[in-house]
Amino acid sequence: MFLKKVALASSLALIAGNAYAACEISGRVNIVGNEFPAIQAVGAGAQECTGGEVEANLTADHQKINVAGMTGNPAEYTSAIVANSSIVALMNEDVIRPLDDLVAQYGQDLKRNQLITVDGKIMAVAFMANAQHLVYRADVLEQIGAEPPASYEDMLAAAAQIREQGIMEYPLGGAYKAGWNLAQEFNNMYIGMGGEFFTTGTAEASINNEQGIAALEMMKSLSEYMNPDFLTHDSNATSAEWKAGNVALMNMWGSRVGPLRETEGSSQVVVDNTMISAPMTVGGGSTPATTLWWDGWTVAKNISDEDAAATFQALTHAINPALLNDETTPMAVWLIDGYEPTPAATGVFAAANMNAVPYPMLPFQGLLHSALGAELSDFMQGKEDAATALADVEAAYSAAAREKGYLQ
Amino acid sequence: MKHKTFFWFILPTATAMLLFIALPIMSVVTQSLFTPHEQVFKVVENCGPFGCTESTSIDAEATEALRAEAPLGRFAGLGIYLDRGHLAVTEVGDAWRNRDSIGDFLGSLANLPFYRAMGFTLTYTFTVTPLLIALGFVIAISVNSLHRHLKGLVIFFSLLPMIVTPLIGSLILFWMIDSRGVIGTGLQWLFSDPDLSLKASTGLTWVMLIVYGVWHAAPFAFVVFYAGLQTLPKDTLESAMIDGATRWQQTKYVVIPHLMPLVTFVALIQLMDNFRVFEPIVGFNAEAHATSLSWIIFNDLGGETRLLSSAATTSVLTIIGVSILLSPVLVRTWRDFSTKG
Repeated sequence: MFLKKVALASSLALIAGNAYAACEISGRVNIVGNEFPAIQAVGAGAQECTGGEVEANLTADHQKINVAGMTGNPAEYTSAIVANSSIVALMNEDVIRPLDDLVAQYGQDLKRNQLITVDGKIMAVAFMANAQHLVYRADVLEQIGAEPPASYEDMLAAAAQIREQGIMEYPLGGAYKAGWNLAQEFNNMYIGMGGEFFTTGTAEASINNEQGIAALEMMKSLSEYMNPDFLTHDSNATSAEWKAGNVALMNMWGSRVGPLRETEGSSQVVVDNTMISAPMTVGGGSTPATTLWWDGWTVAKNISDEDAAATFQALTHAINPALLNDETTPMAVWLIDGYEPTPAATGVFAAANMNAVPYPMLPFQGLLHSALGAELSDFMQGKEDAATALADVEAAYSAAAREKGYLQ
Repeated sequence: MKHKTFFWFILPTATAMLLFIALPIMSVVTQSLFTPHEQVFKVVENCGPFGCTESTSIDAEATEALRAEAPLGRFAGLGIYLDRGHLAVTEVGDAWRNRDSIGDFLGSLANLPFYRAMGFTLTYTFTVTPLLIALGFVIAISVNSLHRHLKGLVIFFSLLPMIVTPLIGSLILFWMIDSRGVIGTGLQWLFSDPDLSLKASTGLTWVMLIVYGVWHAAPFAFVVFYAGLQTLPKDTLESAMIDGATRWQQTKYVVIPHLMPLVTFVALIQLMDNFRVFEPIVGFNAEAHATSLSWIIFNDLGGETRLLSSAATTSVLTIIGVSILLSPVLVRTWRDFSTKG
């Protein structure tokens, strides 16, 4: 009986979806993008279209292949799903096209705040917002009699208490894997400390300062309460630790909260007590130590007009309000009409309300990110002091920026 | 052979080598000498879900014009080779002048990406290669003395490590040695140290990678030596036995000299392979503790902003490194060949 109801409901949903906007395209669509539930839902939405071939290659390694896959003429990928960091690489290489004409023709239903414009030209259509924020175990905090921490200093104090009371040996979690993740955690902390990444108006990195050192020292203090393997833990591994019940507090992506509340690979206690809260501040600052992100899609430059139109139509269809149902709504903070925030979205909304900083869309930010990822692990292992590590980052960045022509 | 016959005989091979070896190398060398143009910036207004901001952006049209004028980019000569990401001559010079001791100088060297990578790569190459040759030899000798009914089965199982794709093999081991995995927990129990973690210490990570390297490559040495053992001259071995040589003496004075050319061959191939160590570093997520030249290339190409000239330069340095590493073996082979001829 139950199964019948589910089947009926889903077929109704399908009919409803089709009724809203049947998607008929004439052209080739091939999407490359990151791999997490919300993006997979968008990929599946695009594949509902008929009349043309719709392929999607969604992988965590998307950044390694999207530029190469869009440089050829005609480009292999007709669209890349990107975020505010990764769109920069595509614009630097000039492989995505302005969408103004396509928006005028096919995109009347898109909302103004979904359109990402650079220098007055629409370069991407955003469909979701994301941010890292606090995730905590309500039962553990209750046990030690603490409120959810509002600052990283509170988080450290709570972690010390949890360890002291013998509840958990390593109560903190974090995506501190050497490379992109570690660099992102530094970015968060540095922004929270009130730091600026570059000397204003230039491509000269300036992170070897008081705020940079304070940010690193805080990360080091936090890591002492983390599983000793923390330099190998990305978001996936950190989520697994959380689900195994080994972690009580962590800074995690809003888009990853949904899976934490599934019992598969976890226990009922963990699932019932997984709560989220606003991102934390650090060092007495008021800017939260996090960054705001949007995820959106682009259209390749080196493809025929038919393929571009087909790609635009398929992806516009993929993010139409009919996408939202009980399963997909909690996956992300959707920027789609008709989205009602779920409890899973409170962290991201809190980040936005606290005036969190969007991840900078500077052409050279990616190089600094790579340099941070490569050079900070020595400090985290205690092999060098914070100032040396930051000087190394600046030197590594300068060498790369000179090679790319950003610095003379 | 007549010159004309020789020419037609060698032509297909030479063409293939030119197309698939010489041309790509030339292309990589060219790319390593050029860098992208200076970027033309402009300040633009970016708008999105979080409001509008003024931001620096690249002037695509101006950059396109520069690119059309000189498609290869700016000529940098050896600039990239000498910068901090590669040979880092300035930094090495500074470190030498400001050194307190040789140890201090080596410490500063290990802080530079190229020398750090070389430190691990050379350690890895020169521990793994002899160990895998020794292990492969021992396996070959043992399998050779087994009853023939057992041989097939044992050979199959001995080859398994080589059959498993390196990336998959290292990933599986990575999970097993996790402090919550089977091997990790076993080691903690064995050493009664609940905080023991193979992934958190540089020394243990290196040991782990080296053990993996030997495990993965020993079957190759085994197969080659096992084939060699099948051609062992029975007469010599029998005369040695009649002379009263022990098993050890037979191995030392008959078997090993017979297999020596194969040892050279295995050493040659494995030195080359191990110098390009890559998959285990990725599979074991070990980049915080160990890097190699191949990993640097991968990292340059995989970042949000690709560093093509840097990757090309590291590739050329890898080729030079392999040539230096192989030169003693090649010289030796050449000498053997000349004296025989």
